[in-house]
Amino acid sequence: MIIVKPYHTFDHTADLGLVIIGPSEASLFANAALAVFDIITDLARVETRETRRVSVEGDGREDLLVNFLREVLYLYNGERWLLKELRVLRISEKGLEAEARGEPFDVQKHEICKEIKAVTYHQAQVRQTPAGWTARVIFDV
Amino acid sequence: MSDFKLRRIDEYRWEVPREGAMRVPGIIYSSGRLMKAMGQDESPKQVANVAQLPGIVKCSLAMPDMHWGYGFPIGGVAAFDMNGGIVSPGGVGYDINCGCRLMMTNLGQEEIRPHLAKVVNTLFQHVPSGVGSKGALKLPRNEEKRVLVEGARWAVKNGYGSQGDLESMEDGGCLPGADPEAVSERALERGKDQVGTLGSGNHFLEVEVVEKIFDRDVAAVLGIEEGQVAVMIHSGSRGLGHQVCDDYLAKLVKHVDKLGLNLPDRQLACAYIQSPEGQQYLSAMACAANYAWTNRQMLMHWTGEALERALGMSPRALGMRLVYDVCHNIAKIEEHVVDGKKMLLCVHRKGATRAFPPGHPALPDKYRKTGQPVLIPGDMGTGSYVLVGTQKAMEETFGSTCHGAGRVMSRAAAMKASRGRSISREMEDRGVLVMAAAKGTLAEEMPEAYKDIDEVVNVVHGAGLSRKVAKLRAIACIKG
Repeated sequence: MIIVKPYHTFDHTADLGLVIIGPSEASLFANAALAVFDIITDLARVETRETRRVSVEGDGREDLLVNFLREVLYLYNGERWLLKELRVLRISEKGLEAEARGEPFDVQKHEICKEIKAVTYHQAQVRQTPAGWTARVIFDV
Repeated sequence: MSDFKLRRIDEYRWEVPREGAMRVPGIIYSSGRLMKAMGQDESPKQVANVAQLPGIVKCSLAMPDMHWGYGFPIGGVAAFDMNGGIVSPGGVGYDINCGCRLMMTNLGQEEIRPHLAKVVNTLFQHVPSGVGSKGALKLPRNEEKRVLVEGARWAVKNGYGSQGDLESMEDGGCLPGADPEAVSERALERGKDQVGTLGSGNHFLEVEVVEKIFDRDVAAVLGIEEGQVAVMIHSGSRGLGHQVCDDYLAKLVKHVDKLGLNLPDRQLACAYIQSPEGQQYLSAMACAANYAWTNRQMLMHWTGEALERALGMSPRALGMRLVYDVCHNIAKIEEHVVDGKKMLLCVHRKGATRAFPPGHPALPDKYRKTGQPVLIPGDMGTGSYVLVGTQKAMEETFGSTCHGAGRVMSRAAAMKASRGRSISREMEDRGVLVMAAAKGTLAEEMPEAYKDIDEVVNVVHGAGLSRKVAKLRAIACIKG
């Protein structure tokens, strides 16, 4: 089976831009979370030993995406926890609830490839297209 | 590609003419060659966007190291009237009080050369660096809050450095008005074990040699001699500063909607300086700024220990002393003269350095005659410049100048260009020993990814925004 990553990076002079796709809005958000951790670490070495709840509110889809990624990033930046899977339980323009599975960072077991320091509002975009959903977001690295 | 029509004013200045919702024009300091690269990205548009913010005074400025940021351009300077003006977390940046400090030593380069590998190894082991690096200290909450209020004074009080260091820092290493209650639990959590760590990305610790002196008299006052070994540290407020910026961006994006302010980019979210929201951000920003000064003070202390150990020298023989410490991501309340009138302003410097002239009351006595030392790091392994502030900077740029080389190539493009090459070997061939915590960092930070530091510095020197004092060449570099 060929695995096609549901995201690609784009050039931004100082930082990291991501374009994410998904067949549904829920999968778009899940793919965005996975993209972040695929860049931070080698996901093959992360196991799904623990479950964490992610719950965010937003004022429109872009705001919701930025707030969601902010929470997802805090899992590593604040709690030293690595995400391997994410399931969106409920999503609307106003809020999102999801279940993340992964495990605490262990320096013996995991590798940190890149630090993503923050998510920005700059040119953040969430769009529905004929093929599904697509989002664009720039991170501070 | 920017669709902006820029009007060249003189050799070093371009105007972004006022149009649409812009309240003031934009002015970009550059050279013809650097301008070509700048026109390629969206930074001129970002200069125009900043010009739309309420209370902006005179013009929206950009330095020759300008490049595309988010919200404000990197290399941007903007001043806002304390009455009716705004403060913007995005105008300060995520890494609040990211900055540089330069230390001189008694060592001549011939004394360190034979031991350079040992020096680099010891520095690498002794000074925490790299992704998510943790310090040798874990601060209990009450102690961490003291760091936020006292800044570098906390470090000195706890045995990291001496009282004399404090006067060689902007604001004595402590911004007033810091209130830890304005800092979230999340920010405190991220800050508890990172004080005294270099971090990753473009942060570094570099061993340098003074290669050239441009101004003998000023260099003598600054204690800089040709052939001497110096150390430059570039780091900021780590996860704590990022969290403070993030928390207040989220808060102020909502606040801006409530105010009904129509902004061209949500990343420009802001609050009126005099509003409770604006004051609260400034209190939190001061906390992060103080954390950064403590961080650099401890990094300096451990650098000294590492050098002493590697070279088998006493502190007295090494004679490491702080020349100056500058911040280049900050908002400061300062007095400036605008159209012949004294005004109190909130000056945002995002990737720009303060450059106060001789005689300015904010300078310590020892630098009153020379003007404020300005530290400009180049790209990895190139070296740095020391300049001093001027009256012209005071008149034209709210006492500001550039902050570094400025990126010209994206990180992804740099990774691509470095494929199949050994950047550390190339650096070694150039006489620079490099050690990095993550292998990707070297490629992303390779010299071609940055503008030519000589050209950037020649623009600010030529435009009179600061004066060249000395150039330093790197001989070793520790990257996070």
